[in-house]
Amino acid sequence: MRDRWRRGLSHLIVVLCTGAVLLALVPLALVLFYVVERGVGSLNWAFFTHMPAPVGEPGGGMWNAIVGTLMVTGLGALGAIPIGVIAGIYASEFHGTGLASAVRFAADTLNGVPSIVIGLFGYTVVVLHFQFSALAGAFALGVMMLPLVMRTTEELLLLVPHTLREGALALGATRARAVFTVVVPAALPGILTGILLALARVSGETAPLLFTAYNNAFFNSDPRQPIATLTVQVYTYAISAYEDWHRQAWAGALVLVILVLTCSLLARVATARMEKMQRGA
Amino acid sequence: MSKKTRSDEMVFRVGTGVFAVFVVLLVAAIGVELWRQSQLSIARFGWQFWQTDTWNPVSGEFGARPFIWGTLYSSILALLVATPIALGIAIYISELAPSWQQRPLVFLTELLAAIPSIVYGIWGMFVLVPFVRQLEIGTPAWMKTIPLFSGPPYGVGMLSAAIILSIMVIPFTSSVAREVLKAVPAAQREGAYALGATRWEAIRMALFYARTGIVGAVMLGFGRALGETMAVTMVIGNTPQMSASLYAPQYTMAAVLANEFTEAAGALYINALIEIGLVLFAMTLIVNTISRAFIWSLGRQTRRAPGGGLRMTSERASAREPRERSGATGVPARERVGGSGGAKPPGKS
Repeated sequence: MRDRWRRGLSHLIVVLCTGAVLLALVPLALVLFYVVERGVGSLNWAFFTHMPAPVGEPGGGMWNAIVGTLMVTGLGALGAIPIGVIAGIYASEFHGTGLASAVRFAADTLNGVPSIVIGLFGYTVVVLHFQFSALAGAFALGVMMLPLVMRTTEELLLLVPHTLREGALALGATRARAVFTVVVPAALPGILTGILLALARVSGETAPLLFTAYNNAFFNSDPRQPIATLTVQVYTYAISAYEDWHRQAWAGALVLVILVLTCSLLARVATARMEKMQRGA
Repeated sequence: MSKKTRSDEMVFRVGTGVFAVFVVLLVAAIGVELWRQSQLSIARFGWQFWQTDTWNPVSGEFGARPFIWGTLYSSILALLVATPIALGIAIYISELAPSWQQRPLVFLTELLAAIPSIVYGIWGMFVLVPFVRQLEIGTPAWMKTIPLFSGPPYGVGMLSAAIILSIMVIPFTSSVAREVLKAVPAAQREGAYALGATRWEAIRMALFYARTGIVGAVMLGFGRALGETMAVTMVIGNTPQMSASLYAPQYTMAAVLANEFTEAAGALYINALIEIGLVLFAMTLIVNTISRAFIWSLGRQTRRAPGGGLRMTSERASAREPRERSGATGVPARERVGGSGGAKPPGKS
C-alpha cells in the first residue's frame, strides 16, 4: 500500500516536471508566433533601406535606426573587447590571486546590474559632461559587454590543456609570449563565439540607450550626435498611438528576434565544430 | 630564472593587471557616480524619500515608496510563479530527460533568455494585456470582493507585469538550478537507489544536497526580476500607487526611470530619479551577492565530495565544457556551476 503511494507520487512528480517544460515552451512559441505573424507583413526591402515615413503614410523603414544600432554596438565592442579579453587573461593566468578573485567578483556584479542603471551611469559619466550621443550609448553598451567578454575569455583560457603552455615555456618562451602565441590562439574560436553572443545580447538592449544615445528622427553618422537605434525605435513606435507605427514596431521586433536566433544558432554550430575538433585531437 | 624573464613576467603581470583593476574600479564607479549625482535629493528628503507616497514633480514632492512597492511586489509574484516551473524544468532536463532531448531543451530555454526585453514588451502590450483584460472582465463577482482581484479591469497592471516577469525569469533560475543539480555527486543518487528509493525520492535527495545552490538560483532570478525594465514598463500601467490588487496599474523603480528620466526638468527631479537608480543598484547588488555566496558554498561542498561535480582535472578540461556552452544564448557563462558529474537513474523509463 505504502509502496503504491510512493510510486504514485514519483510518477506524479515526473508528470509535473514534464508539464513545467511544456508550460515554459508555450510563451516562447507564442512570442515567436506573434512576432512573425505581425512583423512579416511590414518587413520588406524598404524596411532596411528607407528612412521612417511620417505618420499616416504607410511604408518607410528603419535605415537610420539600423545604422545606429550597428554603430553604437560596434563602438561599444571596440572598447569592451580588448579590455575584457586582457582582464580575462589576467584572471585566468593569475588564477587564485586576490586581484583575480576581485575582478571575477566585479564582473559578476556588473553582469547583475540592471541595464537601466547602466544607462544612468552612462548618463552621469558621458552625457552630463558632453551630450546625448552615439558615444554615450556605446559607452553604456560597452560596460554591459565587458563582463560577458571577460568571463568567457577567462573560462575558455582555463580549459586550454596545461601541456600546451608547458610546451611553449619549455621551448624558452616568456610567459607573455606563451600566452599570446599559444594559449590564446588555442582558445580563440571559443572566445570569438562568446563575443558574438555578447554582441547579440547587447544589441537587443533598450534601457541603457534611452538616456545615452537618446533617439534621432533623422539619419546620423556622427558619433557625437544623438542617434536612433532599432530597439529604442521599436519602443517609441510601440507606445505611439498609430497603427502604421505599431506595424513597423512589430517588424523591428522581428528583425531583433532574427538577429538573436541567427547568433545563437551560429554559436551553436561553432561550438559543435570545436567539440568535434577537440575530440579528434 | 634569469633577470630578463623575471622582468618580462612583471611587465606581463602589470600590463594585464591594469585592465583587471579597471574592471574593478568601473563597478565601484557606478556606485560612486550614482551616489554623487543624487546628493540633492538625499540631502533634501533623507529617509523621507522612501516613506512617502506622493510623486508630484510639478510641486516638487518626491516620495518613492510606490516604486519600491511595485518593484518588490512584481518581483515576488514573478518568483512565486517562476520558481516551481523553473525547478521543474531543471529537474526534467538534468534528471529525467533522455539524452537526445537535453541539448534541444537547453537551447530552447536559453532562447527564452535571449529574446530581447523590448520584444517581450511589445508582445505583452499587444497580445498579453488584451488577454489579461478579458480574464479580468470575466472575473466572477465573488472573486472581486477579494482585495487581490478588486478594481476595474484595465488589462495593464500588476498581473500582466508579473506574468511577463515570470516568463523572463524562468530561464535564469532553471539554468542555474540545472547546473547545481549536475554538480551533485552521482554517489548521492546511487546510494538512494541502492536503498530502494523511487525516482522522486532520489531527486529529493539531490535537491536536498544541492539546497544552497537552489536557493542561490532562486535569488538570482529575483535579482533579474528587480531590474527588468522595458517589458514591465510597457505592461504595468505606470501609475504610482500602492495596491495589493493584481488588477491595479502600478509602477516600478526601473519603469519610472525609463519613463521619466529624459523628460525630467530640474536638478531635484533628476537627482530624485538617480537616487531611485542608486537604491535599485544596491538592491540587486545585495541579492546577487547573496545568491552567488549560496552557489559558491555548494561548489566548495561538492568539490570535497568523492565523485563531486566541480572537478578541475582532465575531465573538466575535456571537450565537455564547450558543449555545455552550446547555444548559451542569453544566460551568461558565469551563471553555471560545475562542469561534469550527474548520474542517470538506473532503469530509464
